[in-house]
Amino acid sequence: MTELVRDFRPMHVVRRNYLVWRKLMLPSLTGNLADPFIYLIGLGFGLGAFMPPIEGVPYITFLAGGMLCYSVMNSASFEALYSAFSRLQLQRTWEGILHAPMTVNDIVLGEWLWAGCKSMLSGIAILLVMYILGVAKGLAPLAVLPVMLLVGLCFAGIALVMTTLAKSYDFFVFYFTLVVTPMMFLSGVFFPRNSLPAFARALGEALPLTHAVELARALALGQMPTRPVLNVLVLCVYGIGGVALACALARRRLAR
Amino acid sequence: MLTVTDLRKSYNGNVAVAGISFAVPAGECFGLLGPNGAGKTTTLRCCLGLTHPDSGRIELAGLPVPQAAREARARVGVVPQFDNLDPDFTVTENLIVYGRYFGLSAAAVRERVPRLLEFAGLSDKGAAKIDALSGGMKRRLTIARALVNDPQVVFMDEPTTGLDPQARHLIWDRLKSLLSAGRTLILTTHFMDEAERLCHRVGIMDRGELIALDTPRALIASRIEPQVVEVYGDGVREWADDVGRRLADRMEIAGETAFCYCTDATALIDSTAQRPDLKALRRVANLEDVFIKLTGRDIRD
Repeated sequence: MTELVRDFRPMHVVRRNYLVWRKLMLPSLTGNLADPFIYLIGLGFGLGAFMPPIEGVPYITFLAGGMLCYSVMNSASFEALYSAFSRLQLQRTWEGILHAPMTVNDIVLGEWLWAGCKSMLSGIAILLVMYILGVAKGLAPLAVLPVMLLVGLCFAGIALVMTTLAKSYDFFVFYFTLVVTPMMFLSGVFFPRNSLPAFARALGEALPLTHAVELARALALGQMPTRPVLNVLVLCVYGIGGVALACALARRRLAR
Repeated sequence: MLTVTDLRKSYNGNVAVAGISFAVPAGECFGLLGPNGAGKTTTLRCCLGLTHPDSGRIELAGLPVPQAAREARARVGVVPQFDNLDPDFTVTENLIVYGRYFGLSAAAVRERVPRLLEFAGLSDKGAAKIDALSGGMKRRLTIARALVNDPQVVFMDEPTTGLDPQARHLIWDRLKSLLSAGRTLILTTHFMDEAERLCHRVGIMDRGELIALDTPRALIASRIEPQVVEVYGDGVREWADDVGRRLADRMEIAGETAFCYCTDATALIDSTAQRPDLKALRRVANLEDVFIKLTGRDIRD
């Protein structure tokens, strides 16, 4: 098994990124963890004070499951957009790796796995806060851990498509403004989707973040999600479809 | 070590490489010369399997490319035109991380690090950040990094572009030591003195074709007149039309200078000596003269 991991070429890329991250761990962790933590506390208690219970739980409890997915999504997207693009374009790291016996697919898969794993840290931070605040209890909420990885890989896959298409960093502003932010409001992160008009609810059905939130919100509270198979399937389709498309786009871009 | 047969590559109808063939035996230093856009870099990329050719056959280190390009690259070192060292790592870490891409363990690379650093003249810089290195040091580290897998062939795309003369001489010295260790070198360059100094054979490319292929000495002997007189000064145009054109075997005017190519320069020198408004420089023909003759004086952008 250890040999299999060692000879799996994308792991060389994961390892490289991990070593860089380890050097910059403190500032990186602070940003990764403090930001969602502040949001959760600020909105959960601040806004929550004016809110009736939602779906039978206090607002902060409701919000925590959404916040968890939101921060995993953000973390995976930033890593697979800005950081990966730096390595592709600015630092020419990918070019250097391609001169070794590595392929474009090895690199893209490595970046995908790395962004997915790294994004779990943000989710774990939220889960920790949930335990501290007593929102999560016992061992059952730990079932959300593999969901974090799935959500991270899903959004890393989509982001890598943007990265392999991008001409400059400016491109990512469009992605965040036109895709990520609207998705956040359509997917039930901050409020239940049934308060949205019918067309927005229908649109939300097709968005990966909706399915991430459904899974994570239930599991983090120790409950069984209502439609877990569909949720997992949608996240897999976006994630695997995204990374497969990113591989093809990267091959075209780098084989000029 | 490298055999290229009838290699062709176009981009959207623009021909980059128009059917070139050459072979580089083991232990040779082969130089690929040509103006910008001649197809040198495309040729190198095809040889490494990074770009798929439209047609033609390539065999690198005994393996067919692009079919077995990844395996072939395991036996090859590459020094790219633009440095792509990892700025987040130290000098030693750069070597270790790069070795991993070849499937080498950190321990295996660590064992080679002292020799690689010594080769690059960076023995006391192992813990230094990349940003703290000079341009010449970065180049030497990039060359050392290309040796991390103990390659049979090293490809270099303009290895000394942007370096000062001291740094260039040090690089040349390192490349010569690679050759005496029996490695094969394949390089592109814009510097004719570099090619003349290092390369056993050079191929001159222009507009995707290989228009000359021989040793630098043989190219100079067969392709150009042995003597050159460069004449410049206020009256050069009038002198060139009246006298220069008659006395030289071949003459070219570039800007304010007349280049007179000839077998015997005595008459030309005598003529300019009588003209106080002219200055003349007499020298033997070199590879640059061959290059200019074959590819023209036009600027290629």
